[in-house]
Amino acid sequence: MGFEFNTETFRNDFTFRNSPRAIARFPFPFDRDDYMYSVNMEPHVPGRPGSVFEHAFDVDEHYLAEMRDRDLVLKEDPLRCQSLPHMEMAGWDLLELIMESKARDYPDWFELHRQGNKWHWINKPMQIEQKFTFLDSSTLPYGPMEYITRQTQGDFTLQDQRDENLWIEAGMVTTQADWSLDFDIGMGFHEWHAPVPLAHEKGVFDRALKFLLKLQHGAPVRRFNWTMTVDPLLDTSPENYPKWGPTRAEITPENVGQRMHLRVELQTLWRLPRSNAIAFPIRCYLIKFDELVTQPKWARRLHRVVRDLHPDLAAYKGFLRNRDTMVAYLSQYDDGAPTSPGWWPED
Amino acid sequence: MTKTVFEKSIRSRPVYDELQPRPGTAHLCVADGEGAEAVCDLFAKAGTAAAEMLARSHIIYVPGPTGTDLFAKVQALGAAQCHRSPSFWAAEPRLRKVLADAHMGLQVYLAGTETLIGLAQRDVIEAGLPHDAVQTEHRGSLSRRVQCVHCKGITENVTTDPFTCSHCGLNLFVRDHYSRRLAAFQGVNIDAEDPGTVPPAVERFK
Amino acid sequence: MSVGAPRIDVTVAEVVQVNDLIKRFRFVRTDGGPMPTFSGGAHVVVDMDDHGTRRMNPYSLMSDPGDVSGYEISVRRDEAGRGGSLYMHRHVTPGMAMQISYPVNLFPADARAKKHLFLAGGIGITPFMSLMAQLQPMGQRFELHYAVRSLALGAYVDRLRDAYAERVHIYVDEKGEAIDLKSLLSTQPLGTHLYVCGPKGMIDWVKATATGMGWPKNTVHSEEFLAPPVGQPFQVELAASGKSIKVGAAQSILEAMEAAGVDAPYLCRGGACGQCETAVVRCDGHIHHHDHWLSDDEKASQTKIMPCVSRFEGKALVLDR
Repeated sequence: MGFEFNTETFRNDFTFRNSPRAIARFPFPFDRDDYMYSVNMEPHVPGRPGSVFEHAFDVDEHYLAEMRDRDLVLKEDPLRCQSLPHMEMAGWDLLELIMESKARDYPDWFELHRQGNKWHWINKPMQIEQKFTFLDSSTLPYGPMEYITRQTQGDFTLQDQRDENLWIEAGMVTTQADWSLDFDIGMGFHEWHAPVPLAHEKGVFDRALKFLLKLQHGAPVRRFNWTMTVDPLLDTSPENYPKWGPTRAEITPENVGQRMHLRVELQTLWRLPRSNAIAFPIRCYLIKFDELVTQPKWARRLHRVVRDLHPDLAAYKGFLRNRDTMVAYLSQYDDGAPTSPGWWPED
Repeated sequence: MTKTVFEKSIRSRPVYDELQPRPGTAHLCVADGEGAEAVCDLFAKAGTAAAEMLARSHIIYVPGPTGTDLFAKVQALGAAQCHRSPSFWAAEPRLRKVLADAHMGLQVYLAGTETLIGLAQRDVIEAGLPHDAVQTEHRGSLSRRVQCVHCKGITENVTTDPFTCSHCGLNLFVRDHYSRRLAAFQGVNIDAEDPGTVPPAVERFK
Repeated sequence: MSVGAPRIDVTVAEVVQVNDLIKRFRFVRTDGGPMPTFSGGAHVVVDMDDHGTRRMNPYSLMSDPGDVSGYEISVRRDEAGRGGSLYMHRHVTPGMAMQISYPVNLFPADARAKKHLFLAGGIGITPFMSLMAQLQPMGQRFELHYAVRSLALGAYVDRLRDAYAERVHIYVDEKGEAIDLKSLLSTQPLGTHLYVCGPKGMIDWVKATATGMGWPKNTVHSEEFLAPPVGQPFQVELAASGKSIKVGAAQSILEAMEAAGVDAPYLCRGGACGQCETAVVRCDGHIHHHDHWLSDDEKASQTKIMPCVSRFEGKALVLDR
C-alpha cells in the first residue's frame, strides 16, 4: 500500500509522529477562514486516491499502534466498550460492514470468505485469523461490535432508532474528545449532545436529527469535527481527566509547536440493514502544530480560525487558556495572503 | 409545598410536570417525602373517579431525605395497597415484584425528590415501559445523586457545588448532565488543570 | 443530498396469483448479485412505467430479511385506485426489468420489547411476515392476530400456521369471528409493544382502544400507506424553481413537480415518512391534508404540506420548492 505501519506510542513517551505522506493526506477540517457549528454533512463516497476519503474505512500508518493503545485502554477500563442487550444485531451489522469494506478496499491486508453463515476472516497486519458463525456470538472471543472495533481505527457508537429519535446504546470509545460512553449510554440524541454550547440554540441538532432519521442504507454521509489536544493522547477521556488535565497548564511559547495538536474527527454515519440502527464511526486524526504549518495554506487558515473562534467554543474545546500562545505561534506563519476555498492543501 | 420551579438548563437535565390521572387498568404511585402531597393532589384531580381509581392503586411511600414523613396522608387515601418503606433501597424489591407482575395498561406516577424519581424510573424502564410513559412530579429536596465520572462511585444527597467525592476524594463540580441509566448527575474534577485551586462550596441543591 | 433512496435494478423472477385479489411478485437483482439485507417491517418503493406515466408505490417486503437471493411483495388489486396496483396485476410479468428503492423501514420492531403483539387486517399482513421471519431465529416473543374477510381471501394463512403454529390466531369475518381486543390487551405483560397494519378503520380502532386502556403512545405502532387521493385539478406555484405547474385529477403534487423536472425529496410517497415535507410560502384557499406526518396544529396553520398525498382547493398555493 506504499507505506509501513509505525511503531509509536500515544502515552508516556509519546513517540507518535506523522510521516510526510500522512501530513499531506491529513484531513484538515476548515474549508474557510472561520468556524461555526453547522450540520455540514456530505455523501460519504470514495474521494481522491490517497486521501482519507478514498475508502469507506481509512487504514493508515498508525493502525497497529492505535490498536495497541485501544487494548491498553480497555485493560485499564473495560467500561469503555459497552452494548445494551438489544444492540447485538446492530453489532453484527457493523461487523459485516467493516469486514466487507476492508476486504474490498484493502485486499492485500484483509480477506473475508463467506459460506452462508460460516465466515472466515483474515487480518494480516494484526495476524488474526478467525473462523466463526455469523449471528452466533459464542463463536467469537468478544461480542461482534467489540471484536471488529478492536481491529478498526476510530471510536464507534451504535444508535437505535425509535420514537422519532436516536438512542446511543452501544459503543467502543477509547479515542474520545472528552465524553463518557459509560455516562451517556442510553441517552437520546439531544440528551447526549446537551453539553455542547451554542449549537442547540442554532437548531443544529434539530436539523441533524431530522436528517439522520431518514438516513438511507447504501447512502452513508460524513462530516468533520475538531478540537485541540496537548500531546498526541488518543484517550482524552473524562475518566482520566485528572491525569491529562494538568498538561494544559504546561503549554509555553517554546513547546506549543511540538505539544499542541489539532485533533480532527472524520465522522461517518451509516444506516445498518438488519437492525435499522445507525453506526457512527468517529475516526480521530492528530497532527502537531509543527507538522501542520509545513502546509502554508493550513497554517494561515488555522491561525485565523483559532484567533477568531467564539470564546464559548474555545472553552468547550478546552483551549481557551492557551489560545493566546497558540495564536502567537501560528501568526508567524500567516502573511495575510488570501486562502483558497476548500481544505485541500495545494488548491 | 407546591411544584418546584427549575432554571432553564441543558437538554439532558430531567424536567418534571404535575401528576395527572390517566386512564389505565392499574395505578402505581411511588413517592418520598413531600411527594405524598403530589399523590394526594393526583387523586383529588380524579374527582368522582377517584374511588374507582384508588380501588386499583398501589402506593409505595418512603420518608424524604430530610426526614419528612407524610405516610399518614397517603394512607388516608384508602388505596387498595399502601406500603411504607424506610428507604428506597428497602422498597425496591417490592417495586420490582409489582412491576414484574404488572400488565400493559399500568399507569406509573412518581413524586418527590429527583433521587427517588430517578431510581424508581430506572426500575420501571427496566421492566419495559418507555421512560416518557412515566409521569413525574418534583416535590421537596433538590439534593442530588452524583456519579464521579473518574472513579464511578455515586455520592448521595449532594447539596453543595463543588463537593468531595465520597469514594475517591476528588473535588467535583456538579453538572446538569444527567443519566437515566445511572439515575445520577455527573461530577467532574474541578481542579484537574490547576490542582488545589478549588472555589468555595456553595449550597446549590437544598 | 440525493432524491429518494438509492435504487436497485431488478428482474421480476416470479408472479403468483395468491387469491382473487392478491398477486405476489419476486424480484432478483438484474446483475445477479445479492440483495441488501433489511429489517423486518421495511418497504421498498417500486418504480413503474405505466405506458408513459411514472408510478412509484411503496410495498412492504414480506420475504425473510435474511434471504438475499430476492425480495417478495404482495399487491392487492385496487379497482378504484389510481392504477399502480392495476399496473402490477395486469402488466408485470416474469422477466421484466424494473427498478426498486433500497429498503426503508418506517415500521420496525422495538428491539427492547419484552413481547411483540401483531395485529393484521387483510393485506396488512405483509410487514408482519418479514418481522416474524426476523424475530423467530432471535428467540423473541411474539404473537399474531390476523383478521381476514374470508378464508379464501386470507393470504398466507396456511403458511403462517405452518411456520408459527399456536402463535398465529386467525379471525374470519364472514364466519362472524372478530378479535376480542379489550380482553387481548388486558393481559399483556409489561413491556409488550403493539403493532397494527390494515385498513384505516382497524388502525383507528386499535389505537383508540389501546390508548383508552392506558397503553403508552410509544408502545403502539402502526403503518398505513396512503394512495394519493384523486381530486379536482389545481395550480401550484413553485417559488424556488420559478415554475407554475398543474396538478392533474389523478396526480399528486409530488408527481406533478417531478413531471416538471423539479427534484423534490421523498421516501415513502404514502404520507408516512415526512421526507417530502415542504414549506408553504402562500396559501389562498384550503389545503386538504391527507398525511400521517404533520401534527394537527401544523395542518391547521397551512404553513406546511406533504406533496406526496395532499391536495389543494382555492385561488393560489405557493410552495418553497
